[in-house]
Amino acid sequence: MKTNRLRRWIFPLLVPVMIVFALSQVSGVGHGVATQDANIDVHDKASLQNGAKYYMNYCMGCHSLKFSRYNRMAEDMGLNEDSGFTADEVKALLVENMIFTTDEDGKPEKVGALMKNAYSTKAASEAFGTAVPDLSLVGRSRNPDWIYSYLKGFYTDPSRPMGVNNTIFKDVGMPNVLWELQGTQELDTSHDASEADAHGGHDTGPKLIITKAGTKSEAEFDTIARDITNFLAYVSEPAQLSRYTIGIFVLLFLLVLWGFSYLLSREYWKDIH
Amino acid sequence: MAAKEKSELNGVLGWVDERFPLLETWKAHMSEYYAPKNFNVWYYFGVLAMVILVIQLVSGIFLTMHYKPDVELAFASVEYIMRDVPGGWFIRYMHATGASAFFIVIYFHMFRGVMYGSYKGKRELIWLVGMVIYLALMAEAFMGYLLPWGQMSFWGAQVIINLFQTIPFVGDGLSLFIRGDFVIGDATLNRLFAFHVAAVPLILVGLVFVHIVALHTVGSNNPDGVEIKKHKDEKGIPLDGIPFHPYYTVHDIPAIAVFLMLFFSVLFFVPEMGGYFLEFANFEPANPLKTPEHIAPVWYFTPFYTVLRAVTLSPFMGTLAMFGAIACLFALPFLDKNPIKSWRYRTTAHMLNLAIFAAVFIILGYLGVKSVSPEYKEMGVRMTEIYFMFFAVIAIHSKTNAGRYLAGFIVLAVAILLIDVIRYNGEDPITAAQIKWQWVWPIGYLALTLLVPYFVKSWNTEGTVPERVTS
Repeated sequence: MKTNRLRRWIFPLLVPVMIVFALSQVSGVGHGVATQDANIDVHDKASLQNGAKYYMNYCMGCHSLKFSRYNRMAEDMGLNEDSGFTADEVKALLVENMIFTTDEDGKPEKVGALMKNAYSTKAASEAFGTAVPDLSLVGRSRNPDWIYSYLKGFYTDPSRPMGVNNTIFKDVGMPNVLWELQGTQELDTSHDASEADAHGGHDTGPKLIITKAGTKSEAEFDTIARDITNFLAYVSEPAQLSRYTIGIFVLLFLLVLWGFSYLLSREYWKDIH
Repeated sequence: MAAKEKSELNGVLGWVDERFPLLETWKAHMSEYYAPKNFNVWYYFGVLAMVILVIQLVSGIFLTMHYKPDVELAFASVEYIMRDVPGGWFIRYMHATGASAFFIVIYFHMFRGVMYGSYKGKRELIWLVGMVIYLALMAEAFMGYLLPWGQMSFWGAQVIINLFQTIPFVGDGLSLFIRGDFVIGDATLNRLFAFHVAAVPLILVGLVFVHIVALHTVGSNNPDGVEIKKHKDEKGIPLDGIPFHPYYTVHDIPAIAVFLMLFFSVLFFVPEMGGYFLEFANFEPANPLKTPEHIAPVWYFTPFYTVLRAVTLSPFMGTLAMFGAIACLFALPFLDKNPIKSWRYRTTAHMLNLAIFAAVFIILGYLGVKSVSPEYKEMGVRMTEIYFMFFAVIAIHSKTNAGRYLAGFIVLAVAILLIDVIRYNGEDPITAAQIKWQWVWPIGYLALTLLVPYFVKSWNTEGTVPERVTS
């Protein structure tokens, strides 16, 4: 009897052991390019506001956020009644800082409108050879680390139509729209990645060096790139601001339910021998 | 079900009971349905599957109120649900997490059936109906996955519908018939929507009903595989049976709470589950002109996807192997003829066979989400071989006659080596090198389940099934 009890446990436990053993004998395809840690915080409202400001000024001309709405964005970033803003003040702030498009009547777009732009797919294709993607969901289809590294990954490459290439997204059609802030970066060819590999070092991807300074210091530019990334991460899923909190309450409720239902079940099962 | 002159019930219920078998049904399926008293955790997965079915039906109805089955609008309508519909994100995540949870629970439920031989003793039909439910569930999941109209929705559907195209002679016409167009487009989206929200759910609910009626007719199996109806008291009540209600109904509530805690942990904290429940590439709208670098189906299809990729003889053979992998599961009650139901009293060789099968199924699933490397590819082939041999080995284990084991080992090992000889190609040194060492997996499997028990008697000894359930 005792050995039989043991058998009941041994075999289910064998399953994970066999899986790990078999898979440790083979190797798959290597990972993609190394990205830098974006280290974002979607609850940092100042960062979101700063990111939104830069996005609207540098990105929105080409990249719409067509699933997002101006007023929802403002609300989520702290421009709301709880923070002491009236609806009119929020509207004024939005029109002044964020809304650069007009509606059919030639008036600034309504605050409840979707964040579209006036750049047509056709015009974009003619200029860049490809459609310019909407970025409402780039925070989810890519990921924040990718976006952050991409924004910082442009370097001079005269062979490309826009004069730049990117370490994260090779031969991308997009120009480095943040060059004015960042300055010009060159690829550091003095020690290539394969050398680092040969020394058993960790491959951190190609190195870039700033050869001509921009209007912002390197640290300031990192913050801007991080804030834009943070903003895009937020825009990709506004619900993430509330779902963690709701989740904790749901779990607490279920814990209580489990406790009482367990006691009830135990009470009933006292009869069963 | 004769009509009653006067019901035991009073008031409205009594009025109904005189016109409908209310009390009779309640008694037959709840208060006087006697279930074995020794159910363990594995027996929760049936009720959990019911819970998820309800979650999916209810969340699905609410999604349908806002979703638009139109290639121009579908993707945007999902994002509208995620952003502008109050609580819409919660409903959508319920439905998406529910889909994966459904398969997790169903896989456990099925494995429970295999472990305790729940398809034996006039329970074959329960298993067969259950397998049809599983098939319907796969169809439902596949069709639902097209609806958000993301990149993976589109390209996943492309891969699956093209499988039908590989069928000789009728393939082209059949895939055209399924798509309703020469490409996957509005016609495809609309018909899959119709099937997803109306036809298949109706079938599912109907089959679940039949599944439960069949179960309640024969009676539940249990971890000891003992037929509780053999020992009844003077009133005809099984001695080891307890009324389903209230005992198992109250027993199930804490289990449902635990399940919901896990479910909502995923839903609220990691709804994408690292790209396995919601694939990252599916957050890009479908683009028929841009093939994604790596098309991976959602995790619950990946074991069969690996089987598809493993058989490279011809595309049609791959498709056959994939559907064959599912078809084999149907045959289990007719392959495993050993009279002992529960693995507790079966041989060590049988227990090992089941444990290896579970491991192989998960490895196949893991390989299915990964890009192909030469090592992974060969491992996919080897795991596919074990997957299919499992059904032969479980049939061989029906009797503990050692001669069967040796004969089975020789036949299956020769078949494996023969396949290797056919596959081996010296001009392709990378694949050849992999074939040369990875044969250890299927041969090792056969050695453990057939050869060792042939020589070691303790691996081929069955226990005695107790008369009454233990604990």
